Amino acid sequence: MYDKRQVDKIKGRKRKWEEGTLKKVLDRFPERRRDFKTLSDLPVERVYTPVDTADLDHEKDLGMPGEYPYTRGIQPTMYRGRLWTMRQYAGFGTAEESNKRYKYLLEQGQTGLSVAFDLPTQIGYDSDHALAEGEVGKVGVAIDSLADMEVLFGGIPLDKVSTSMTINAPAAILLAMYIAVAEKQGVSPEKLKGTIQNDILKEYAARGTYIFPPQPSMRLITDTFAYCAAHLPNWNTISISGYHIREAGCTAVQEVAFTLADGIAYVEAAIEAGLDVDDFAPRLSFFFNSQMDLLEEVAKFRAARRLWARIMKERFGAQNPRSSKLRFHTQTAGCALTAQQPDNNVVRVTLQALAAVLGGTQSLHTNSRDEALALPSEDSVRIALRTQQVIAHESGVTNTIDPLAGSYYVESLTDKIETEAREYIEKIDVLGGAVKAIEQGFMQREIQESAYQYQRSVESKDRVVVGVNKFQLEAETLPEGLLKVDPAVGEYQKERIALLKADRDAEAVAAALKRLEETAQSDGNLLPPIIAAAKVYATIGEICDVLRGVFGEYETSVIF
Amino acid sequence: MRERPIRVLIAKPGLDGHDRGAKIMARALRDAGMEVIYTGLRQTPEQIVETGIQEDVDVIGMSILSGAHTHLFPKVMQLLKDNEAEDILVIGGGIIPDEDIPALKRAGLAAIFTPGALTETVIDFIKEQVQK
Amino acid sequence: MTLANRILTGDRRALARLITIVENQPTEAIPNLQLLYPHTGKALVIGITGPPGSGKSTLVDKLAKKLRQQKKTVGIIAVDPTSPFTGGAILGDRIRMQDLATDPGVYIRSMGTRGSLGGLAKAAHSAIEILDAAGMDYVFVETVGVGQSEVDIVGIADTTMVTLVPGLGDDIQTIKAGVLEIADIFVVNKADRPGADQVKMQLEMMLDLNTKEIKWRPPVLPTVANAGEGIADLLQGIKKHYRYLHDSGELRARRKARYKAEIMAIVEEGLRDRLLTFWAGEGKINTVVEEVIAQEKDPYTAAFELLGPFLAK
Repeated sequence: MYDKRQVDKIKGRKRKWEEGTLKKVLDRFPERRRDFKTLSDLPVERVYTPVDTADLDHEKDLGMPGEYPYTRGIQPTMYRGRLWTMRQYAGFGTAEESNKRYKYLLEQGQTGLSVAFDLPTQIGYDSDHALAEGEVGKVGVAIDSLADMEVLFGGIPLDKVSTSMTINAPAAILLAMYIAVAEKQGVSPEKLKGTIQNDILKEYAARGTYIFPPQPSMRLITDTFAYCAAHLPNWNTISISGYHIREAGCTAVQEVAFTLADGIAYVEAAIEAGLDVDDFAPRLSFFFNSQMDLLEEVAKFRAARRLWARIMKERFGAQNPRSSKLRFHTQTAGCALTAQQPDNNVVRVTLQALAAVLGGTQSLHTNSRDEALALPSEDSVRIALRTQQVIAHESGVTNTIDPLAGSYYVESLTDKIETEAREYIEKIDVLGGAVKAIEQGFMQREIQESAYQYQRSVESKDRVVVGVNKFQLEAETLPEGLLKVDPAVGEYQKERIALLKADRDAEAVAAALKRLEETAQSDGNLLPPIIAAAKVYATIGEICDVLRGVFGEYETSVIF
Repeated sequence: MRERPIRVLIAKPGLDGHDRGAKIMARALRDAGMEVIYTGLRQTPEQIVETGIQEDVDVIGMSILSGAHTHLFPKVMQLLKDNEAEDILVIGGGIIPDEDIPALKRAGLAAIFTPGALTETVIDFIKEQVQK
Repeated sequence: MTLANRILTGDRRALARLITIVENQPTEAIPNLQLLYPHTGKALVIGITGPPGSGKSTLVDKLAKKLRQQKKTVGIIAVDPTSPFTGGAILGDRIRMQDLATDPGVYIRSMGTRGSLGGLAKAAHSAIEILDAAGMDYVFVETVGVGQSEVDIVGIADTTMVTLVPGLGDDIQTIKAGVLEIADIFVVNKADRPGADQVKMQLEMMLDLNTKEIKWRPPVLPTVANAGEGIADLLQGIKKHYRYLHDSGELRARRKARYKAEIMAIVEEGLRDRLLTFWAGEGKINTVVEEVIAQEKDPYTAAFELLGPFLAK
C-alpha cells in the first residue's frame, strides 16, 4: 500500500526504534515471554508497521464492500443496512417443548430459528431403536416423522421465518418434512427460507454423525442441490462447516483450509453431477467457529472470504458474483466454555461474538454460559441473545464496515492465514481432494495433533485459561436452574411411533418406500421419493433403513 | 511397583461423535506408559463390557457429551456386575452436571471428570487406584 | 479351579487373564499352559501382515464374519506398536471389528509390541495356544508393518497372508525379501483403486522369477475389504492352502519346526536361568569380562572356565 521508498524509510525508522527506545527498555524490563503467538500458534511480532502490509494491493486484495474479492464484506452496506440474523440454536425433548422455546425466542427478538435435533434423528434411528436408548430428546428435539415436524412448527408461519436445521446425513429427509409441513400451512416451497447443514464431509472428519459411505452421501447432497435449484430458490442447500472441525481442536488456518477444501469437493461433485456452477454456488453457505483470539478470528473470517472468492473465480470460473460470495453463520466456541466459574463464559462469548461481527458474519449464535455443564437454561439463553443485542445496538462497531481493515496486524494476519490455508488445500489436492484426504485420515490426524498440542500447552500453563489453570476458586458455587430433559421423552416418543404406525396408511408407506428403494438403486434424484415417503408419514428410521440397504453404512477406518 | 503396563479401554458409549476429549485422553494415557484400547464411536454398553473383559483391562474410561450418561453409565456398571467384572475401575467424562455425579458414583463409577479436567489429574487418579 | 480349567469350560475372563499373564510373567503361566496343551492343535492359525493402512483389520473383520456364518469360532490377536519412548501404546485395531465384540463365538485381544520382539512372539504364540485350547476353530494374528519383527510373529502361523494396496508408495521392489518369502497368500486390498492391476502383475512377475522348486505358489488375490468384495475367494484360498499344507505333509513339518524352536527356546531359557542361579547372578561373568578386557584371558578360555564347574556338577 506504500511505495518502496516509503517502506524503506519505515524500515529504517523501525530499526532505529529497536536499537534505541526499545532496547533501553528491554534491557531493564524483559517482556513477559520470549515468543508471543496467537491461539492457533501463529507467531506474533512485537509491533506491525506498513512494512508488513507492503505487498497488499488495495484493489486486488481488499476491494470495496460487496465487491470481489469481498475481503471487506459481502454486502455494500453491511450492518448499516441490516444487522446479522440473531439465531440461537435450540431444541430439546419433544416437539411440543421445542416449539414453546422457539416461540419464546421469537418473542425476545430473535430473527431466525435454528433447530437442534437429537442424536437418533441425526443418525437416522427412530426413537424406539435400541441404539437410541438414553439419547432421545437429549441434545435436540426428537423427530421421528412428519407428525413430529407438524408439532415442532405449529403456529410458526414458515413463510415469515427463516429456519436453519443442523442436520447432515439425513438432511434431505428433514428438508422433505419441512416442505411437507409448509405445504400443510399453505406455504409453497419457493417461499421457504432457511438452511440445512447437509455437510457430510466434516462429519467424517470431526463430528461423527454419519450414516452412509462417502459416495452415496455425496449423491444425496448433489441431489439436494439440484432439487433446490429447481424448487426452493431461497434455500441454503448446505452449510459447509468449519465449526465442528475447530471444536475438534484444529487451528484457525486448518479451519479455513479444511472447510474450503470440503467446499471444493462439493462444488466438484455437483459439477460432475451435471450442474452448472452458477446454478447452485449462490446457495452454498458456510459456518465458522469464533474462538478467543479476537484479532486472529477477525483475520480468519476475512481470509476465508477472500480465499473462497478467488477459488470460485479462478478454479471454477464462476460468472455470477453471488457464486463467489462466502456467506457464513458463526457460533461462538463451545470448547472455550469452562465448567469452572461459568459466569466468566459470558465475557468469553462477548469477545467471540465481537470477533464474528467485526469479521462480517451473516448470522450468529452466542453460546450460553452454562453449556459446559448442561443444556442452557432459559435465563442463560436470554443473556446470550442480549449479548448480541448489546453489540449490535450499543457498541458502535456496526456503524462502519470492516472497521479493522488497514490495521497492519490484521491485514498481515489475514494474508498469512490465506496463504497457509492455500498451502493446505494444495496438499489436499495432491491427496486427491477432501474426500480422499478424509478417507486416508489426513484431516483427522492434523486436527488431533493440534488438539493435543493445545491441551499440553494448557496443562503446562504455557497458556492461561482463567479459572481452569489460573485464578481458580477453592469452592465453586454451581449455577442453579440447569435444564433437565425429562427422561420420559424416550417413552413418550416410543408411544407416539406406535400410535402413528397403527394410524397411518400402511400400504401407502410400503409403496413409497419401495419407490425410494428403486430410485436409490437407479440414478434418479432422491428428493421426490423422499418427499413422497415423508408425506405419507414414513419414519426417518424407515427411510434411512431403505437407504442403508442400498448404500451400506460408513465404517471409520482411521483413528490415530 | 507393578511391572506391567496399565491397560485402559477408552470408549464412547451412545451416539455423540465428539471424541476430542476421548482421543486426547487416549494419547495422554499412552504417553504416560499405558496400553490404551480405543474402540471408537457409538459403542453399546454390551460392547464396552465385553471388550473390557476380553482385553483384561484395569480401567474402563467412558466419555459422553450428549447427556445420555444417566442412562448408559449405570447400564455399563450393571453389565459388569452381571459378568462378575466389578473389579475393573470405571471412570467417566464429558458434559455431566454436578447433580448427576452422586448417582453415578452410587452406581459404581470411581470418578467423573468434567470439561477443564487435566489429563494429568486423570493419569494420577488411575495410577493411584490401580496400584491399590 | 485353575485358570486352565475355567478356560476349558468357556470362562472368558479366565482366558483374558491367562493371556495377561503370558504377556507379563510368562513363567507363571507355565502350569496352566501345560494343562491346556492336550487341547491344542485343532485351530488353523493365520498370520496377516502388511504396511499400515493396507486394511488388515478390516480384512480380518470380514473374514471372521464369513467364518461366523459358517458357524466357525474365531480368535483374533491384533498387535500394534508400543511407543519406544513411553512404553505406552494405542491399540486401535479393534475399532474395525467392534460389531464382533459381543459375538460369543469370537474373542479379540489387542497386544502392544512392548520391549522385546522375542518376548512378543512368545506371548503371541502362547496366546494362540490358549485360544486354540479354548476351542477357536480359526486364530488370526494381525501385525503391522513388514519388518523382521512381523516375520517372527507370523512365523508362528500355519498360513501367512501379506496384504498390499495400490498407491501407498510401497513399491513391491522395496518390500523386504524376507516378507515375500513368508507369504503363502498375497492380498491386494483396495483393489478398486487405480494401480491394483500393476501391483498384482508385479507380484506375479516376482513369483515367476523365483526359480527355486516350489510346491505352493502363493496366489495373488484382490479384495475390497470395505465393501466385502473378494472375501469369499480369499477364504477359499486360505482353505485351499490348508489342504495343501495338510496333504503335502507341510503342516506337520511346519508345526514340527515350530515346536522344535519352542522347545529349544524353553531349554535355552531354562539353562540360562540355571546357569545364573549357579553363578549366583551375573557378578561372576562380570569378573571374567574384566579379565578378558585386560587381555589376561581370551573369551574362549573364559567361557569354558565358567561352564566347566556347571557341567561337572
